[in-house]
Amino acid sequence: MNIHGLLDCFGSSSCVITQSASAVVIAMILFLVASGLSLIFGVLGISNFAHGSFYMLGAYITYTVMTRLGGHYWLALILAPLGVGLLGLVVERFLIRRIYASPHIYQFLLTFGLLLVLDDGTRFIWGFDYKSVQMARIFQRPPLFFLGSAIPAYYGFIILMGAFVFLLLWFVLSKTKFGKLVSASASDSNMVECLGIDVRSVYTLVFALGGVLAGLGGLLAGPMRSATPGMGFSIIIESFIVMVIGGVGSIGGVLTAAFMVGVMRSFGILGFPDFELFFIFFLVIVVLIIRPWGLFGQPLE
Amino acid sequence: MKRIGSYWLWILAVCFLVLFPLCFHSLFYINNMIDILIGALFGVSLNLLIGYTGLLSLGQNAFFGLGSYTMGVLLRQTSLGIPLTLLSLMFLGAVYAVFMGYFCTRLTRFYFAFLTLAFSQIVYIIIIKWTSLTGGQQGLIGGIPVPLIHLLPGLSVDIGPRLHFYYFTVVLVVGSFILCKAVVNSPFGWVLRSIRENATRAQFVGINIRRYQIGIFVISGIFTAVAGGLTALNISGAYPDHAEWIKGADPIFMILIGGMKNFFGPVVGAAVMVFLNTFLTSHTRYASFFLGAVMIFIVSSARMGLLDYLFYQKGVFKGASAKIRAMMRGREKKALEVGE
Repeated sequence: MNIHGLLDCFGSSSCVITQSASAVVIAMILFLVASGLSLIFGVLGISNFAHGSFYMLGAYITYTVMTRLGGHYWLALILAPLGVGLLGLVVERFLIRRIYASPHIYQFLLTFGLLLVLDDGTRFIWGFDYKSVQMARIFQRPPLFFLGSAIPAYYGFIILMGAFVFLLLWFVLSKTKFGKLVSASASDSNMVECLGIDVRSVYTLVFALGGVLAGLGGLLAGPMRSATPGMGFSIIIESFIVMVIGGVGSIGGVLTAAFMVGVMRSFGILGFPDFELFFIFFLVIVVLIIRPWGLFGQPLE
Repeated sequence: MKRIGSYWLWILAVCFLVLFPLCFHSLFYINNMIDILIGALFGVSLNLLIGYTGLLSLGQNAFFGLGSYTMGVLLRQTSLGIPLTLLSLMFLGAVYAVFMGYFCTRLTRFYFAFLTLAFSQIVYIIIIKWTSLTGGQQGLIGGIPVPLIHLLPGLSVDIGPRLHFYYFTVVLVVGSFILCKAVVNSPFGWVLRSIRENATRAQFVGINIRRYQIGIFVISGIFTAVAGGLTALNISGAYPDHAEWIKGADPIFMILIGGMKNFFGPVVGAAVMVFLNTFLTSHTRYASFFLGAVMIFIVSSARMGLLDYLFYQKGVFKGASAKIRAMMRGREKKALEVGE
């Protein structure tokens, strides 16, 4: 324990800002992965343990675009989310679709098997060692100075992208016809089917959308954390935590929970360098026991 | 009739296990058999939760890690001896199971599963962070001393040699199986089945379902801890991956392969899994790719576990195979009409 380190940090504005920036960056990437996870769980009822691998693939596709395909970041910005989204489309159509009504153990085993296949497939294609992903030239510039603390330009981009995706997602889910279809399918898929709407393709699209979000998360995290075969492992549990704390089906809840975890991670590492994860798990246990439906979710029947 | 048949099966299995080293002297077979036995104990103890009570626990790795680290730490730092160490790791497993079960059984389905996972991560983090006791990320390296076991005054056994350790494992695992089977066959075990089939109705009959669920959580945790302790002795070390959440998927996979409707399903699953692991790791660096592919194939084609298949499809209960298959596809109501 190093409480003094934490208190000292609160004494200087530059430390607070540096840590806050890193908290927001952690939160944005977690938000991208967890919002897809939450969407898939909320609508399809599937807990997708392979979601971390989607995130990992996003980072690896970015790596390939940056090193092999000429290094155009904007190309990666399109290819990574789309590629992972396409994978999600195929996975839903040919695998997930078969197990909607199965007991939980089969859903767990299917997505877990998918995780093993994707992780080892990545090792097969890209090798066992980690790949450092090149940053786009536009971000290779001196950091921004803000109240005496240096913030990398790339952080600013991640934060902007996160905010943009949040607004877009919120708009699509609450203001468009597709969003209404999604929430209707989540609450009563039989009724939606009776209205002549193909719920199965809504499910496919939602799963693909989850893939797009995870791929985007991997794309943003790539240059910062570099691509490793095990990177999906470390983020999937945290994303589940964010999903559970925020409450399934609430995009705002997921964002709030991602911020909570981000702050706990980046400030906790100063005060309790070894136990920040412990507190996060403690938080999720408390939330699950007191409000199993999450801070912003709807109570279950 | 059926009871006698199953007794013969037990005696046959024990004879096979006792005679096995005589037929296969090679250390390779004995080591694999030890792996199968330990894996089988892990699978059977989890199947008490999944197969008999209908609780999908993703946090069984907590007890496995707890068992293996308790074995390692106590044998290295104290002179308790193996029997007392075994008792203390069972005790620790039980205590953590009460704690974990008390909270987890408040929830159902996904939330239950996720809460067990969260509780197991707490054990994992403690193991990783308590470096002075557990060696942190590296684990307990440098071997675990194996003291003699004093059975009677003047009679002690050394389980250091592989063959001796094999018989030690056989005794512990078969003993645990007999206890588990007794639990399953007791009135307590039948209440568990009723909770699995319909928790609400069980509650109507006046059963305090949470008390039963916590009870089976504790029993399952104890035997998983034993499996963990045996692993620590087997590989002479305890490592963080014993408590990592992917470890919790191993027994689930065994249950899937072997079948969850039969007590010995996970045993068959463990044998298949050890065989697959040995075969794959000697032929490819990408063993988990193929394991994952097998999982996906079995689940997505709605196959049932091997023993479930043999017993229900080929055996006496013919109509039931359609029932299980339909259950996996989630058409339980329809299946009940077809099956019975």
